[in-house]
Amino acid sequence: MEITGRRNKSQRDFAMKGSPGENIDTAPNAQEKTPSERIKISVEHLDFYYGQTLALKNVSIPIREHHITALIGPSGCGKSTFLRTLNRMNDIIPGTRLEGRVLLDGTDIYHDNIDLSILRRKVGMVFQKSNPFPKSIFENVAYGLRIGGVRERSVLRDAVEKALKDAALWEEVGDKLHTSALQLSGGQQQRVCIARALAIQPEVILMDEPASALDPISTAKIEELIQDLKKDYTIVIVTHNMQQAARCSDHTGFFLLGELVEFDKTSNIFTNPADKRTEDYVTGRFG
Amino acid sequence: MAKNATRIQGFVFKGLTVGATAVIVAMLVLVVGNIVTNGYGRLSWDFFTKAPEQGMTAGGIFPAIFGTVALVLLMTIAVVPLGVLTAVYLHEYAKPDSRMARLVRVAVGNLAGVPSIVFGLFGLGFFIHFIGGGIDKVLLGGEVAWGQPAIIWASLTLAVLTLPVVIVSTEEALRAVPNDYREASYALGGTKWQTIRKIVLPHSIPGILTGSILAVSRGAGEVAPIMFTGAAYFLPYLPHKLNDQFMELGYHIFVMSTQSPDVEKTKPILYGTVLVLLMLTFVLNLLAILIRSRIRTAQRRAR
Repeated sequence: MEITGRRNKSQRDFAMKGSPGENIDTAPNAQEKTPSERIKISVEHLDFYYGQTLALKNVSIPIREHHITALIGPSGCGKSTFLRTLNRMNDIIPGTRLEGRVLLDGTDIYHDNIDLSILRRKVGMVFQKSNPFPKSIFENVAYGLRIGGVRERSVLRDAVEKALKDAALWEEVGDKLHTSALQLSGGQQQRVCIARALAIQPEVILMDEPASALDPISTAKIEELIQDLKKDYTIVIVTHNMQQAARCSDHTGFFLLGELVEFDKTSNIFTNPADKRTEDYVTGRFG
Repeated sequence: MAKNATRIQGFVFKGLTVGATAVIVAMLVLVVGNIVTNGYGRLSWDFFTKAPEQGMTAGGIFPAIFGTVALVLLMTIAVVPLGVLTAVYLHEYAKPDSRMARLVRVAVGNLAGVPSIVFGLFGLGFFIHFIGGGIDKVLLGGEVAWGQPAIIWASLTLAVLTLPVVIVSTEEALRAVPNDYREASYALGGTKWQTIRKIVLPHSIPGILTGSILAVSRGAGEVAPIMFTGAAYFLPYLPHKLNDQFMELGYHIFVMSTQSPDVEKTKPILYGTVLVLLMLTFVLNLLAILIRSRIRTAQRRAR
């Protein structure tokens, strides 16, 4: 799926040549099995403003394909804002402005030619507060397909079933697809939202504290699910919960006051951080 | 001493508040009670189904009921789409602080404050003389067909009058749609139009319905805007074309109370008509309140 209608060649050529984000990454560790080192999203020198306020300062991150990248940091550090720059969800907030580049498979997603609908179908999102539509479970999951123009009943039914299975929800709701999604438990609602995002088969899934409002059992289910999804999707997850980042992710970025303090393999961030501030944060000395 | 005075003041003030409340309740009871006791006896099948007879000293009010229903129906067809579209523009498309949106909001607010007789004169000048007269002159070569009072002009005048009701309640309904729903739709690749059509509007329909009913109830009770624009003293036939005149409950009441040839004979009919009009608006308002409270509880449950 191409994001743009017309693309200009020089821009395409710009893709995938070593990005400045590269140097903050460590060399591949032989002990860890990494399925692919291809960079799916490359964020380069990103500044982000809410009005006059600088919310992100010169952030560069390489996000690897089929990896889980976790973003941690205290409240208000900009990690959610950063996540929302990756599918341009911040565009709907008036008065925001961005400098730098975000390359998805080498294409600058902030280029004028970008079709936001197509971008967001490639880069799906799951929100902190589960937000199923006040519709049936089936209609929730089918929504993205319907607005994408899919009309055939059988295609929709198969896609909904697959998405619910991928979201580990089919066994719980397979026999009541036409009841309201709002009648499910909080954890189930969040998995409906995940299924809804999976149904349109994105390449990247952004998760904004997907388990922060859930009980420990639901959280465990979501974490397990994220591990399963890794083989098919590239996942970026914002989390408040450091154990969660340590358990789930391959790479971790630590944000503080709008700056990316450190980005490294998760094991390094939690056992051997390079920056004093990261160490203080992950050892619980503040935040 | 001073303490005692304060206590007396407090007592007197409380008495005033209770008294004021009692006056309001008493007035409502008096008005409604007077109408019900005097009008109730007149209500009958014939009263609802027959036309006035003998210079409104006998017969029923069917043409006025028919005219009122036709009038508000036409008005609804005009005002609901216009009001809903305006509200969607204001809430979904216009930037929250844009000069345009603020200007429109001020205009809507002022429209709600204009005395209804002014709307009547506006309708006469704009709809009948300018638009209707224009149609006659340009399309019909001077033959008078549209440049005269008619149900279409009266209902359009009422539509202008009730526009603020629809806009304000629709905007309120749009505001009640959680932003989470909009974000979820955008995040799934929804365009603004898809999000509005599939998520925002379906969620606001009960609120829009409430506003429409309130507009109808307001429009059904107005006399001043229609007396120059289409309401007739008496018609031997029912309106069946858009440029027919019509009889209407409120105007019928006005006519019977000011121009009856025999006051004593008209009086019971007058009371009966007032009771019918009152019931109509009460029922409509009740319906609006019921729908509104149902939405509120549904939304609370959804949270």
